[in-house]
Amino acid sequence: MTTAVQQLALVDCNNFYVSCERLFRPDLANVPMVVLSNNDGCVVSRSNEAKALGIKMGQPWFECKGLAEEHGILAFSSNYELYADLSNRVMQTLSNFSPSQEVYSIDECFVDLTGIPKLREVSYAMRARVGMWVGMPVCVGIGPTKTLAKLANHVAKKHPRSKGVFNYSALNPEQKARLLAQLPVEEVWGVGRKLTKRLALHGIQNVLDLREAHVPTLRAEFGVVMEKVQRELQEVACIKLEEVQADKQQIISSRSFGSMVTELPVLKDALSTFVANACAKLRAQGSHASVIQVFLQTNRFRKDLPQYMPSLAVPLPQPTNDTLEVNRWADYLCERMFRASYQYKKAGIMLSEISPVTHQQGDLLEPASVGNTRLMQALDSLNQRYGRGTVKVSTQGVYAQWQMRQERKSPCYTTRWEELPLV
Amino acid sequence: MKSAVVSQLLRVLVPDTRVWLQVCPWKVPAGFPSPAADYVYKSIDLNEHLIRNKEATFVFKVKGDSMTGVGINEGDELLVDRSIEARHGHIVIAILNGELTVKRLHQRGGVVKLIAENPRYPAIVLKDGQELMVWGVVTRNLPKSFC
Repeated sequence: MTTAVQQLALVDCNNFYVSCERLFRPDLANVPMVVLSNNDGCVVSRSNEAKALGIKMGQPWFECKGLAEEHGILAFSSNYELYADLSNRVMQTLSNFSPSQEVYSIDECFVDLTGIPKLREVSYAMRARVGMWVGMPVCVGIGPTKTLAKLANHVAKKHPRSKGVFNYSALNPEQKARLLAQLPVEEVWGVGRKLTKRLALHGIQNVLDLREAHVPTLRAEFGVVMEKVQRELQEVACIKLEEVQADKQQIISSRSFGSMVTELPVLKDALSTFVANACAKLRAQGSHASVIQVFLQTNRFRKDLPQYMPSLAVPLPQPTNDTLEVNRWADYLCERMFRASYQYKKAGIMLSEISPVTHQQGDLLEPASVGNTRLMQALDSLNQRYGRGTVKVSTQGVYAQWQMRQERKSPCYTTRWEELPLV
Repeated sequence: MKSAVVSQLLRVLVPDTRVWLQVCPWKVPAGFPSPAADYVYKSIDLNEHLIRNKEATFVFKVKGDSMTGVGINEGDELLVDRSIEARHGHIVIAILNGELTVKRLHQRGGVVKLIAENPRYPAIVLKDGQELMVWGVVTRNLPKSFC
């Protein structure tokens, strides 16, 4: 008996955030537009029209203002509530095509199509169904390994002739070599700009060069990770499909402020919101943390202002996921670090040394129970039912000053009754 | 396994909270427990009843009076299923001049029209070569609540 060769599809939404914004705004169909990052800072998603006008990914929005005015480019604040809902719908719709799927990011997932006949037809069916059900344009790339599936997806996106689907596995060896020779090595999953430069020094310019590179030299110069990438390009699967996301080992919650903050109570307010988010995540994955770190930052781009970027960590007396308990420590650390006369631009907390709640080690000196489990359960279920922030710590979210700037945000069409689309 | 992945990554925000209404087929006695209590067999799930395809269902709010003839009034909430192929006679959300509008779809003998269910509004007839874009098919109307 022979086992079928693995066939993985990478399904990736086209210009995901922009496509989400367009779903309930058909008038924006051909309008050049972008979606901005938190605090309306940088461009994080571009429509094809905006790309054609030369707007770059990650470009600060203030740099685009001239171009935007000249061509009428629209900008939206990011609306993650809308994007998350539409992402769920896309992923759920795709899950019907295969028993195993790895949701890799908010806008892409791997679908295992091993052993399924007529891969092209299935791929077009996935595309058509997501388009019809959720109104989301997607591209499908198929390959025998994750790395090749990602590369195939890139081809599907870039070449209009592919009509959104590209199957690397269907090529013969000459076609494969010819294709890989045309693709620059930086298009390979996991090869960043820095590695691209270093690879170039070794004469590795395109993907074919990397696939055929001398193995011992490659390993010696770039380590086993690069060797794995090479093996994946040689159609040997080294990166497994992860159906269940591993629990997070670190939870960071931080944000840049909408405007500069100078007062201690406002900082504490922001921090307690970060603590509430991080602890809710901890509880959702059934774990607790042993270390909390708090950091404050002034605006490093304002060279004219005094700079101060302190950070302090403490081990918690007992591992906990209790919002109130962690909040007390965040408060304490914030007070210790706070210096008046600085203008703070960003703050955040990091919880680490995370372990499942069941692994609790008792402490000789501390009382055994830390935190109020039932109170936290009640808090989570109320916030789940009536929306985030319904019940919160009294220091949380009183001051508007630190909150995110989202001046161009669209309605949460699919998640809030009071923001439904009108018809 | 699959649903575990998704719910862990991203909170499902489709109407997913279940409303359970117990159907209680006996009179409630005051004093001692009902002997029928062991036989509760039925419960009503409104989501299951109203939504056939959760991934493809969206809610819209009605503005205007072009569909009052079929009882769709301003402020009502419409359930719209994108997975249903639009046919003649369906009430649909159509894309008209870049706007979303609710109308009845007429598709007979090569003629495509969007009909308002209110005599004050004329039907919109599509011209040759003009393509009708249907956003989704309306499956339910949730009129304003009584209290």
